[in-house]
Amino acid sequence: MTYFIDRRLNPKGKSLANRQRFLRRARAQIREAVQKSLKESAVADIAKDRKIKVSSKGTGEPRFRLDPHASGERDFVLPGNKEFMPGDAIKKPQGGEGASGKQAADSGEGEDDFEFVMNQDEVLDIFFEDLELPNLVRTTLKETPNKTWKRAGITTAGSPSQINLVRTMRNAHGRRLAMRRPSLREVEKLQAELDLLEQELPSEETRAQITALKEKLARAIARRKWIGFIDPVDVRYNSFTEQPVPTSQAVMFCLMDVSGSMGEREKDLAKRFYMLLHLFLRRRYDKVDIVFVRHTHDAQEVDEQEFFYSRQSGGTIVSTALDKMLEIQKERYTTSDWNIYAAQASDGYTQSGDARRCVEMLNAEIMPLCQYYAYIEILDEREMEVFASEDSGAELWRAYRTVAELWGNFATKRIAKPADIFPVFRELFKKAEA
Amino acid sequence: MAGLDPAIQRASVRERYEFFRYALIRCRYSPRRQAGCLQGGHDGGEKNVSKLLFTEAEWDFAALDRTYKAIEEIALADLKLDVYPNQVEVISSEQMLDAYSSLGMPLMYNHWSFGKLFAREDTMYRAGYSALAYEIVINSSPCISYLLEENTMTMQALVMAHAAFGHNHFFKNNYLFRQWTNAEGILDYLAFAKHYITACEERYGRDEVESVLDAAHALMDQGVFRYRRPPKPSRERVLEKRRRRAAYEEEAYNELWRTLPQGVAPPAAPPTPEDEDEFDGDMKLPEENLLYFLEKHSPVLRAWQRELLRIVRNLAQYFYPQRQTKVMNEGCATFVHHTIMNLLFDRGLIGEGPVMEFLHSHTSVVFQPEFNDRRFGGINPYALGFAMMSDIRRIAENPTPEDRDWFPGLAGTGDWVGALKDAWANYRDESFIEQFLSPKLMREFRLFALYDKAEEDTYRVSAIHNEQGFRRVRSLLARQYDTGIADPNIQVAGADLKGDRTLFLEHHMHRGVPLHHATKQLVTGHIERLWGHDVMLEEVAE
Repeated sequence: MTYFIDRRLNPKGKSLANRQRFLRRARAQIREAVQKSLKESAVADIAKDRKIKVSSKGTGEPRFRLDPHASGERDFVLPGNKEFMPGDAIKKPQGGEGASGKQAADSGEGEDDFEFVMNQDEVLDIFFEDLELPNLVRTTLKETPNKTWKRAGITTAGSPSQINLVRTMRNAHGRRLAMRRPSLREVEKLQAELDLLEQELPSEETRAQITALKEKLARAIARRKWIGFIDPVDVRYNSFTEQPVPTSQAVMFCLMDVSGSMGEREKDLAKRFYMLLHLFLRRRYDKVDIVFVRHTHDAQEVDEQEFFYSRQSGGTIVSTALDKMLEIQKERYTTSDWNIYAAQASDGYTQSGDARRCVEMLNAEIMPLCQYYAYIEILDEREMEVFASEDSGAELWRAYRTVAELWGNFATKRIAKPADIFPVFRELFKKAEA
Repeated sequence: MAGLDPAIQRASVRERYEFFRYALIRCRYSPRRQAGCLQGGHDGGEKNVSKLLFTEAEWDFAALDRTYKAIEEIALADLKLDVYPNQVEVISSEQMLDAYSSLGMPLMYNHWSFGKLFAREDTMYRAGYSALAYEIVINSSPCISYLLEENTMTMQALVMAHAAFGHNHFFKNNYLFRQWTNAEGILDYLAFAKHYITACEERYGRDEVESVLDAAHALMDQGVFRYRRPPKPSRERVLEKRRRRAAYEEEAYNELWRTLPQGVAPPAAPPTPEDEDEFDGDMKLPEENLLYFLEKHSPVLRAWQRELLRIVRNLAQYFYPQRQTKVMNEGCATFVHHTIMNLLFDRGLIGEGPVMEFLHSHTSVVFQPEFNDRRFGGINPYALGFAMMSDIRRIAENPTPEDRDWFPGLAGTGDWVGALKDAWANYRDESFIEQFLSPKLMREFRLFALYDKAEEDTYRVSAIHNEQGFRRVRSLLARQYDTGIADPNIQVAGADLKGDRTLFLEHHMHRGVPLHHATKQLVTGHIERLWGHDVMLEEVAE
């Protein structure tokens, strides 16, 4: 009695529960490893599977084992003798390597760090674990998500109040045509013919015609009876499903200087910062609008692609971007419905005098609207050393420092190399201390 | 259009499309497509072809079935094997990894260590560092063998011979397996364990369950009875258990069940973890099975935690025979597949191509690197086992004078089948090597023994494969496979129940070899968690 069973189609992912338990178990080590791995790689790669090297600490499975290197004596047998004779002495390999070391590793666990692949979701979960947009004030909404009914197509079952008449009648019509149900008009026509014939003088011919017509009429009437005008199979109902209404909506303004003074490197750094931000927002919140505003000597709202990849030349007037942002906000994002966040990246240069205008705008108009405003200044590494102190810096930086002193939700940071991005990012969006 | 079948020409466009689709599917899944060259004239006359079990590299279920029947005939008639009924399952590579990481069992409770193993194996496999096993076989009745989907037909034949007959025979007949494992019950028991542990996780939380399982896993090697069955529960205990079960049934009884139609059983009660304390002061010392001791006597564990220990202990005991018979088990399976595949070829049931493929994989399985080879990782159980069993056959059929000296009872009898079946049934690795390792093999493997004293910085060669050394090398090698010596011998010496409840453990050192310090600390920590009080582990010299 033998069975061949094809198990290939059995559900996959049987070991998923074990994997989750493992990830939970090794949480601390994995977090460390993920963060290290993210720091070393390009931001653009964040949404990729990655290899994680985890130390065996915390996920070790200790067993009692013997340690013949410590003391005592033992014998063991090896294959492949070449020249040894009884009584020969062989130097022990150093550091437990070689033949004896391998033996020891076999019986016990010579377990070192080990590598495995984490998928994108798992990596991002860990990365975003303790991040959250700061001070997200639920201005218009409550804790529990609201639900609303949305159309979800047509179904064959439902309550009579949801009947879709158009669909139902169309189906019925189609069915009637297909089944060749005689229409009322046809029946009436037959009846009229019959009546006409009956009024004529009876003869052999008319009698035969009358009988034939009567039969035809009876058939038509019977057919109309058993092919219903509307059949239960025709009936269709509108279907609705419950969908959550986003309970908090946020809009993120990304402002960036794309002028000539922003070199390739600066743009690249800013780009990375936004990409990460972008990813973060997309992931964390159901309903987040992102507005990209780029500026030189004047500002434009652009789409994502253009924001990151197109070039423009011109002077630098930062306040134009702020103007544009305000304009968009007034037009589309009322403060009663939206939480407003802004992130600005710049190399710190602006037309002289413009910095003061920026500060005025920020203090007077923008900061009262914003939940949070982050300013990222991109320096080169040499500058970074020069401006080691927080107080020194270019014009815009110094101006923004005054804003930061006034507003708790205004943050300024300086970055010089890709590795700086992650710490800044984490610091900016650290969970608000409860 | 001319070339088309007239039936197709007449068919409507739609029908024609259907026909092509069908033809396409057939062609895609038919193993014949790769074998076009093989079919054409290679084997000559029709009669020759019909005798071959398969000609294509790709397998299908019909070919599997034919081949299985041919193998079965040889296994039962020529080798006189005695096997459990077979159940052969075809699985994908992911499922193979799954099976790997849950100790090769089709069902297993959830634990992070299995997830870790899976992650590691998966990475190794994807990176190409390691290939997957061709098969996994489970000591159960029916005996379940897993075949990997990607195997070629030749490999499937080899694997069926290896697992479904070789291992299967060994499981069914070896005294250790007969004595210690219950092949009929293991799958049911695992199903119970899985449900029970899930129920515990729901009721007491994952962390609680995990900490008990972690500790129990750390003690798995010390959780087996080596020399005796666990003591039978006392009569009062059994009666008490029966009374409690009756009480539960009474409580859970519902009039409604009576209205069920004939033959429909009322739903079984779900496994409900009990939450009562059970502390048995009556301990028998010394005790070598630490898990058993803790399960019965720990002052802090609750009933469900004791049940978890019991589950892990039962698994450890189930796997213990496998640890003692690696060489024999693999040797038996390898010898069986080698013999069967050769017989299949001799009888013209498989062609030359498959035989070459089989030999290629067989030789890489039984390859034994030398000790100074980079690939060396201990003695290959497949190599040693297969060599010894082939050697038994050789001694029975064509003995040399030396063999007649060493194996007077076996040499020249010609009954190698009987001798092998006897060996498979009544030995474990240690005794098998001690009994059957011949001087010829020791010379072939060029075995030599080293004496290692920790304080000295050289090994001393104590014996080699020569006339004076044979017996010594052989018994030292046998000793190496004695789990009684290879595993640390740790026993419960006592517990200060009247005082501070310290548990005293003793490690009886073998030839002065102590426990590895770091792991000793870690495992002792686990024991303390289960015992609930201090644990002292002392090294005792012989």
